[in-house]
Amino acid sequence: MPVKTEVKQLVAAKTGNEAMAEAMRQIDPDVVAAYPITPATEIAQIFSSFVADGQVNTEMVTVESEHSALSACVGSAAAGARAMTATAAQGLMLMAEIMPIAAALRLPIVMPEVNRAISGPINIHCDHSDTMFCRDAGWIQIFSENTQEAYDNVLQAVRIAEHAKVRLPALVTTDGFIISHAMETIKILPDDEAKAFIGAYKANYSVLDAAHPITVGSIDLQNYYFEHRLPMINALKEAKAVIKQVGREFGEKYGRPYDLLEKYRMDDAETAIVCLGSTAGTAKDVVDALRDEGQKAGLLKIRVFRPFPVEDIAAVLAGLKAVAVLDRSDSLNGYGGPVFTEVCSALFNSIQKPKIVNYIYGLGGRDIDLHMLKSVYDRLASIKDGQDLGTIVDYLGARK
Amino acid sequence: MTTMLDEKKYTANLPASELPEGGVWTEAGSSLMRKTGDWKVEQPVWDKAKCISCFTCWAYCPDSCMQIENGRMAGIDLEHCKGCGICANVCPPKVSAIKMEKAR
Repeated sequence: MPVKTEVKQLVAAKTGNEAMAEAMRQIDPDVVAAYPITPATEIAQIFSSFVADGQVNTEMVTVESEHSALSACVGSAAAGARAMTATAAQGLMLMAEIMPIAAALRLPIVMPEVNRAISGPINIHCDHSDTMFCRDAGWIQIFSENTQEAYDNVLQAVRIAEHAKVRLPALVTTDGFIISHAMETIKILPDDEAKAFIGAYKANYSVLDAAHPITVGSIDLQNYYFEHRLPMINALKEAKAVIKQVGREFGEKYGRPYDLLEKYRMDDAETAIVCLGSTAGTAKDVVDALRDEGQKAGLLKIRVFRPFPVEDIAAVLAGLKAVAVLDRSDSLNGYGGPVFTEVCSALFNSIQKPKIVNYIYGLGGRDIDLHMLKSVYDRLASIKDGQDLGTIVDYLGARK
Repeated sequence: MTTMLDEKKYTANLPASELPEGGVWTEAGSSLMRKTGDWKVEQPVWDKAKCISCFTCWAYCPDSCMQIENGRMAGIDLEHCKGCGICANVCPPKVSAIKMEKAR
């Protein structure tokens, strides 16, 4: 959807990590606490050079672990600071204990995160098992398809996380190496425009306000814990409308609109792949080729996995004949992937629903190419009008 | 010492919609509402006659249980003391005004 924009944007060649660090420079957070981990190391490393060169006013805290990095962010955010960190994989796993605390304290920490396989075996390449492991931590999760989206999503995440109806931490993910280390041409907002878009931060509370002493993070037993979880649950529901509104505003101003989902050639589609992240870019090429052959194939990219866009997904998929959900991680639930099970659950109460299968793919950085995605569409074409679904959960590109 | 809080605000059954965001206590003094020292195994016993009010124990106590009145040590808040024994340990050996005893 081309939108006329008056804002002159800088065109530059950036890797995903450089683009996210550039967004952080423009955000100029009060505090960044970080510990290096592949493949996200560069984000904090590049940002630390901005600090050293005096390009930002950030207090850079170099800590001894990711657990400490997120703890320092929680502490500084509770003191009223705009705080950020960046990590991946095992680093995210080490942060996992602190993640639900940041959410429950309603601290809008924004974290660029690079999707990478979790150990074991040890692996540094892309899959979504790290991010999916933390999917129930109360953090907003935005997946980026490419470097441009990574940059745009970090700026939007600040607005979303800090919105009065949300006040939740947010992860903005890129796919490890595929996006984090691949250089692409992107458009960057002028600094003053980026700063104006995110706006000034107004903290909800501060533990350092000596005139109004408060207690943050106290024990909360049977009498109130439940009531204190409900506002967080509601905030995630409210976040859906805020994410849409911020994405719409970003599109109106800068020509790149965003939503919870991206529907690609879905209007009259009979079959579709549902996926997250960089794979959507590859799938779009396959869809174009199939459309040229006259096949009614489409793509549904889930941009925001948390909060889960239940209503929108059901509305888009209910009328289709056959759908394949692609998961770049396995739930290890003895069944299928996390995206698949949630998409199925979104459709369960629809009167009309498509046949639906799941493919686990790309674990540990295994390539996903045009031919593999084409084979999925071929399978959908073969089952869309028949009775037999065949194998419901399968593994794409694995030697079995 | 009494709490600055309106206790009813915190001990009643308020609905989620009436709670401050992030579960914060919006006023100081919440610790005074809870007697958190009742599960200790050992407790400090302070000897007023031996104490020289050097305040070493006051500086070290992790729970701020050393009570001071008019510039002198006045006692120990056993309702919040966890019985860790640090006060007895840091009390100068020549003074030895705090001893640990079985609490229950």
